[in-house]
Amino acid sequence: MKVKEILTEKEGGKLFLLGNEAAVRGALESGVSVVSTYPGTPSSEIGDVFYKIAQDAGVYFEFSSNEKVALEVSTAAAAAGLRSFVFMKHVGLNVAADSFMSTVYTGVQGGMIVLSADDPSMHSSQNEQDNRIMARLAGIPLLEPSNPQEVKDQMKYGFELSEKYKIPVLMRTTTRISHMRGVVNLGSVVKGKKKGYFKKNPEQYVVMPAYSVKMRKKLIEKLDKIKEDANNSTLNKIIDRGGKKLGIIASGGAFNYAMDAVSENDLKVKILKLTFSHPFPEKLVLDFTNSVDNVLVVEEVEPVMEKEILAIIGKHNIEKKVFGKLDGTLPRIYEYNPDIVSVGIAKIVNKEIIKREKFSTKIPLPLRPPVLCPGCPHRATSFALKKAIRKLKFKEEDIIYSSDIGCYALAIQEPFKMADYCISMGSSIGIGCGFSKATDQKIISFIGDSTFFHAGVSPLINAVHNKDQILLVVLDNRITGMTGGQSNPGIPLDGMGNPAPEVSIEDIVRGTGVGFVKTIDPVDLKKTEEIFKEALQFEGVVVVITKHPCAMITGAENRKKSISIKYNINQEKCTKCLICVKNFTCPAIYLEKDGSVNIHPLLCNGCGVCVQVCPKKAIEVKK
Amino acid sequence: MSMKNIYKIQLIGVGGQGTIKASAIVGEAAMKKGLNVVMSEVHGMAQRGGTVVTEFKIGDADSPLIEEGAADLMIAFEPSEALRAINKVNKNSYVIVNSSPIVPFTVSLGISEYPELSSVFEELKTKINHLIIIDAQKIAREAGNIISENMVLLGAATATPGFPVSKELIIQSMKENLPPKSIETNLKAFEMGFKK
Repeated sequence: MKVKEILTEKEGGKLFLLGNEAAVRGALESGVSVVSTYPGTPSSEIGDVFYKIAQDAGVYFEFSSNEKVALEVSTAAAAAGLRSFVFMKHVGLNVAADSFMSTVYTGVQGGMIVLSADDPSMHSSQNEQDNRIMARLAGIPLLEPSNPQEVKDQMKYGFELSEKYKIPVLMRTTTRISHMRGVVNLGSVVKGKKKGYFKKNPEQYVVMPAYSVKMRKKLIEKLDKIKEDANNSTLNKIIDRGGKKLGIIASGGAFNYAMDAVSENDLKVKILKLTFSHPFPEKLVLDFTNSVDNVLVVEEVEPVMEKEILAIIGKHNIEKKVFGKLDGTLPRIYEYNPDIVSVGIAKIVNKEIIKREKFSTKIPLPLRPPVLCPGCPHRATSFALKKAIRKLKFKEEDIIYSSDIGCYALAIQEPFKMADYCISMGSSIGIGCGFSKATDQKIISFIGDSTFFHAGVSPLINAVHNKDQILLVVLDNRITGMTGGQSNPGIPLDGMGNPAPEVSIEDIVRGTGVGFVKTIDPVDLKKTEEIFKEALQFEGVVVVITKHPCAMITGAENRKKSISIKYNINQEKCTKCLICVKNFTCPAIYLEKDGSVNIHPLLCNGCGVCVQVCPKKAIEVKK
Repeated sequence: MSMKNIYKIQLIGVGGQGTIKASAIVGEAAMKKGLNVVMSEVHGMAQRGGTVVTEFKIGDADSPLIEEGAADLMIAFEPSEALRAINKVNKNSYVIVNSSPIVPFTVSLGISEYPELSSVFEELKTKINHLIIIDAQKIAREAGNIISENMVLLGAATATPGFPVSKELIIQSMKENLPPKSIETNLKAFEMGFKK
């Protein structure tokens, strides 16, 4: 499949789509006009598709500087009567939360969908927060699709619901839905309105206390009405497998595991699939619970529905057992799978579940933690900085490396070990400010270009104004890297690939009054080391910008030009000093069992930085 | 096929080996045949040099995640990774293993060890009845580019008994999913794998 087909494939056709790609098609079939995001796994591919097709689809798309801005862009579009779609990873909703909460108060004119891609088991995230709780905190209707087809279909459902009640709708996916690929039957693409018109009404759009008081009451009244929709929604359905001893209530990805467990073990149970799950459909759940002997709740990650059901049972004085996370029937944390759900069910029903022979191995397997890619400029920056630190005889324990959300945090691995603290986007600088006041240790903060624009400017201002002692390294790899390579305000391209003003990190830093600012290409290891030596001896806030394109960019450019440079090791010159292996640690360079050093031809990106690392000039271009 | 007419495929490899591309080719081919397919991919941080897993079920299934011991076919793009996913297969599964290792930096640094290849294959042989070991890197090089390793392995997989999609549909899907300028090399690699 080619990405363009997500736009061009006709009604009645079918495509093999990722959940994220299906979200794009769903928005296009709904006549969306404005789409905004800040990239974050597992939501990123939605933006990657819009980047490629928005222009042809007549949709406006942008990579906003952060999630809060992205939410505000879509909010305003919806207030002007257009349909808008904003999406982000689960923790992105924390950044957007301030405006998100108020947007639910003010409401919308055009339909608006906020998609939160949660990450159970934290495949690519710092926490496992369950944003179904955010739905309850904000008071926003919630949809939980279970597969790509449902993601697509429920985009349309969500827009209609949003316009019916003039309220944004939250769609919660999880990694296994966002990154699940499945067959999707397509509807027709609808062109959205190009421009809207904002009709003034401060009582609706200005959250001053006098108005908010009224909005709050209106919101609760709206939610009461929407609850009736949830009770009667066709999205919530009962699957009867011929039994009433056990009723399973499940949502999202967890529903799939429950279904496969039930099918495989041929269990006679009744299943209630909850998709429109907030406001919680009390009457539907009550009737279902009354129709079975006991209930098992299958959900990821928090016992959100389980507690709602317990409350309903308590309120109506029903004597039923509710199995789930709270009683230990199912695990309290992390994502589920069909085996986990089968084991849980086996604890309740008197039926043998299928047990298969389970292989395991006693052979210890090599560790493969995520690592900076071959050709990554961050490796050059880390290597040069480490050398400067060693030459100036700083003690490692006296340096606090305050890192941030981005690929450079992977320098936490041996031999660099340059991440001692890292909690959220932009935190490297704010945390640095605190350590600067609380200790006399040397503070080195790392931040990427995209993260700097996202949440780095305001703490930098704080550091300057409060006279902190920080060396800030801005690793500008000309892209938003970890999420797969999206544009950001420092790139001369906007979210649709059109030319755009390039915002200068160096100018912003100078504007805050930082005295020492230098920009260097880290691929020149010697020069970079010299600049770091100078910077490490300077007082106050010091900023070094290391600027070189991400290996994904250089790799793609080389492929386009059919350039394929690979390096190898001249075994006659190599003295096996292992500096390249142990101090530089490019994943392409490895130690053979016989002690010789080699470069893996599939992995080598051809950057050639290792040539500067080798004291014997043994690394050469492969002929 | 396991019960309920579901065919389960597990792919495992290392970031950068093209596991996702190979999976998408099979998935689309199955869709073309009119079958239901659900597939789970890994994107994001885990892709950076780490283990990459794709699981899919072809047939009447809701979740793409494969139960332990239930995979009908496993394609391991790297020998040690075959053992990492050994819990997903049983003695009757077809297991295709690339014999060309990728040694991670943790081994070079002495933080972890890479097992002797002979012991890896020995262990696989004692457990698996239908084990196919191929040097995909060597074959891909012969075909014209080592980057086509994934197509060599896909070729070998397509030739296994019970594979749910025809060779013709896989080739059609390859043509729709791979860049035109590399298709010739990839088809050659696929054919060489198919004949193994």
